[in-house]
Amino acid sequence: MSLSIALVAILVIAVAAGLFARNRATGLRSGGARLNSLPNYHATFVGMSALIPAVLFLAIWTPVQSRLVGGAVMASPAAQALPEFEMTRDTILAEARDIASGAIQAGFNPESTALAPIYAEAGARYSAIGGGIAILIALVGAYFALRKVKVDFRARTGVERAVLALLVIASLIAVLTTLGIVLSLLFESLRFFRLVSPTEFFFGTTWSPQMAIRADQAGSSGAFGSIPLFWGTAFIGAIIAMIVAIPLGLMSAIFLTQYAPHRVRAWLKPILEILAGVPTVVYGYFAALTVAPLIRDLGISIGITSASSESALAAGLVMGIMIIPFVSSMADDSIAAVPQAMRDGSLALGATKSETIKKVVLPAALPGVVGGVLLAVSRAIGETMIVVMAAGLAANMTANPFESVTTVTTQIVQLLTGDQEFESAKTLAAFALGLALFVITLILNLIALRFVRKYREAYE
Amino acid sequence: MSSDAHGNSGGMTSTTLGRPTRWTDGSMERLVAKRYAAERRFKFFGLLAVGLSVAFLAFLLITMAWKGAGGFTRTEVRLSLDFPRSDLMLDQAALKGPEASQAVAGARLDAVINQAAVAQFGESGDELFGGASIRRLGEKLIADPDLVTKRIELWLPASSKADVAGKGDGDPAIEQLLDKADHRLRFNPTFLTSSDATDASLVGIWGALKGTFLTILVTMLLAFPIGVLSALYLEEFAPRNRWTDLIEVSINNLAAVPSIIFGLLGLAVFLNFMDLPRSAPLVGGLTLALMTMPVIVIAGRNAIKSVPPSIRDAALGVGASKMQVVFHHVLPLALPGILTGTIIGMARALGETAPLLMIGMRAFIATPPGGIVEPATVLPVQIFLWSDEVDRGFVEKTSAAIIVLLVFMLLMNGLAIYLRNRFEQRW
Repeated sequence: MSLSIALVAILVIAVAAGLFARNRATGLRSGGARLNSLPNYHATFVGMSALIPAVLFLAIWTPVQSRLVGGAVMASPAAQALPEFEMTRDTILAEARDIASGAIQAGFNPESTALAPIYAEAGARYSAIGGGIAILIALVGAYFALRKVKVDFRARTGVERAVLALLVIASLIAVLTTLGIVLSLLFESLRFFRLVSPTEFFFGTTWSPQMAIRADQAGSSGAFGSIPLFWGTAFIGAIIAMIVAIPLGLMSAIFLTQYAPHRVRAWLKPILEILAGVPTVVYGYFAALTVAPLIRDLGISIGITSASSESALAAGLVMGIMIIPFVSSMADDSIAAVPQAMRDGSLALGATKSETIKKVVLPAALPGVVGGVLLAVSRAIGETMIVVMAAGLAANMTANPFESVTTVTTQIVQLLTGDQEFESAKTLAAFALGLALFVITLILNLIALRFVRKYREAYE
Repeated sequence: MSSDAHGNSGGMTSTTLGRPTRWTDGSMERLVAKRYAAERRFKFFGLLAVGLSVAFLAFLLITMAWKGAGGFTRTEVRLSLDFPRSDLMLDQAALKGPEASQAVAGARLDAVINQAAVAQFGESGDELFGGASIRRLGEKLIADPDLVTKRIELWLPASSKADVAGKGDGDPAIEQLLDKADHRLRFNPTFLTSSDATDASLVGIWGALKGTFLTILVTMLLAFPIGVLSALYLEEFAPRNRWTDLIEVSINNLAAVPSIIFGLLGLAVFLNFMDLPRSAPLVGGLTLALMTMPVIVIAGRNAIKSVPPSIRDAALGVGASKMQVVFHHVLPLALPGILTGTIIGMARALGETAPLLMIGMRAFIATPPGGIVEPATVLPVQIFLWSDEVDRGFVEKTSAAIIVLLVFMLLMNGLAIYLRNRFEQRW
């Protein structure tokens, strides 16, 4: 707790030093000097000099401190007496920490009460050290910056340099995130491929990620052939969903841009966009509760006895509807980018509106539409909640839309929820699947963007 | 517009036949009629596509409203309780003291209710009452301790089974039982004020709402400044080089990465590497912030791009520094557009479920979180968890929670549209 007091103290020091600097700069100015920078820039410069190094120190100190406190507690005789078993020991330590910080009154384990004062004492000692150093850094920073408040000191340049550094850091976070995704997926996947061979993963056709608990157990050696998952993903996301989304999305876009009166368009377009804004968990619930039973009954009534209540068709249908606004707005953009002169030329030759659209506008807009469809596919195969709730868990290789298939995202959720031991192939398999999904969507996106961009240049 | 093209298009299509136009034998009229029919058909298909999409949306919303409306009401049954003659171990002094809630929890209220119900409604009468009835009776007793000395008639919320039956969807046996009893349908305040529970009659969305609020708060505090600053950098300061290209490619790709991948990132980095607490709004917010940030950057860049260069030139001309131009002029003018994009990104984060499942926010959490490091759940995840429950009572609760979620989404999107129309300038 004392670290937050130190933080407040640093803030107070920074503000006070800033105000002091402003007074001094204003004093210089009223003394008749012409300052290089406005007094406010001097104030900001001094404030930042006090604040930034001290806060950086605190940020580094906090994890160090918790490790130091942990070490001090473990070295105490009371902690030496704790049971060897790691989980029990960790629980007791966590409880002692909570008692020390006042989060709970008393622990479940009696040992934790004895440890709590040791925790509190070590915590107080180390945070006093850390907070003291941080305050000292702030004071030193403020002192040296204050000495610089002079007529010709370029405070504004200093401040602007710091702000620019902040901007660069902010934009680097995107790169770091990408790097984090790639590295964490790669790292865990490599550990997975040490347990399961890549050939089995990429070309195997059986998926049953149950590892044997005992070596002599029958029938649960664990099979990690991912082909059925990728088939299920493609079947739902790239085939069924697209059969629904492409005609509906494309025709909606054509109707809204070419036929609908302005006022109708102004109403219908936002309504279509609501479809894109509905959370996927709502679609999933709707697919599982309302659509899936309808589809099953339909399947049974046309004589398909194997119709499942977790059919690929239900999930794909609802996913397709979710994608409609996406396809529609991509098609809308590409159609709008076709030069008016081409349309006018066709109409002037006597073609009807629909002939113009079918023979002139759509062929011209095709690369953009294809790019949009690829983006839609990439979004559909990465979609999780609809398939988790409405598609099944059985890894079937079937082309019958009334049967149940499973997808990559469903299996990732399935593998990672429930009991997690981080070393097992079962958990690591989720990361390998995630890596495959990431690479596939990345490739689809790159191809799609290239399509869209190339063709846009053609008309500009 | 080209709508006047219909009038004169008929006479110019003789080339399709390969011989001179002959209007006398009617073949041209037939051809034109065919082409116009095709035109009408095409237009009809367009209308049909829009109509189907809108109809589906309407179907979805109406189904949810229909199923969910029941979640906001509860069946209440009138029960007469004769405390002096029951074996209730509870005296007025304990109820008036500071330990009242513990006293109530310790007293076997369920036995009292069951006893009275069996006496009043026959052998299986106790099935009419459940967790919610016990809780309500406890609250009544604490509010008015004198009740324990009297014989009273009380409207108590029914058990989940009886509640479903009372809404005409349950077990016929219970329905018959309920018909014999005096029952009514009332607004269900529990649904808005309590948290997750195992008993469908006791559940509420308050805990999930609070978790959502905290998570979105963390998301916004991180994603908004970072997103705006990187948009400013990329649009106003970044030199054209490979480094900048790398940043741009990363942002554009991140915007299209499936959300579940962000969940895997959160699990590997925030939970396993940085050891942050599981199921906490802090981790959820961090994960969603990484997901939302690219959306804000892209919207922000478009808004900044639309500020005309003349503004920058004028400010530079009167001696402002580059930084002053950006922060005093460009940013304020671009802010409405940036805010619109931010709200849309936040609405998306609000409805996101998959990445939060990955970082353990699917645990059963029966108390609302007190802070951003305490275990919490969010509304979409709560919906997902309830949708898995077997108890019929959860169906309407799930749909009711969906209604609440959709209302929030609509409010946020409405705000975004309002901001866009009200403040966005066209230059």
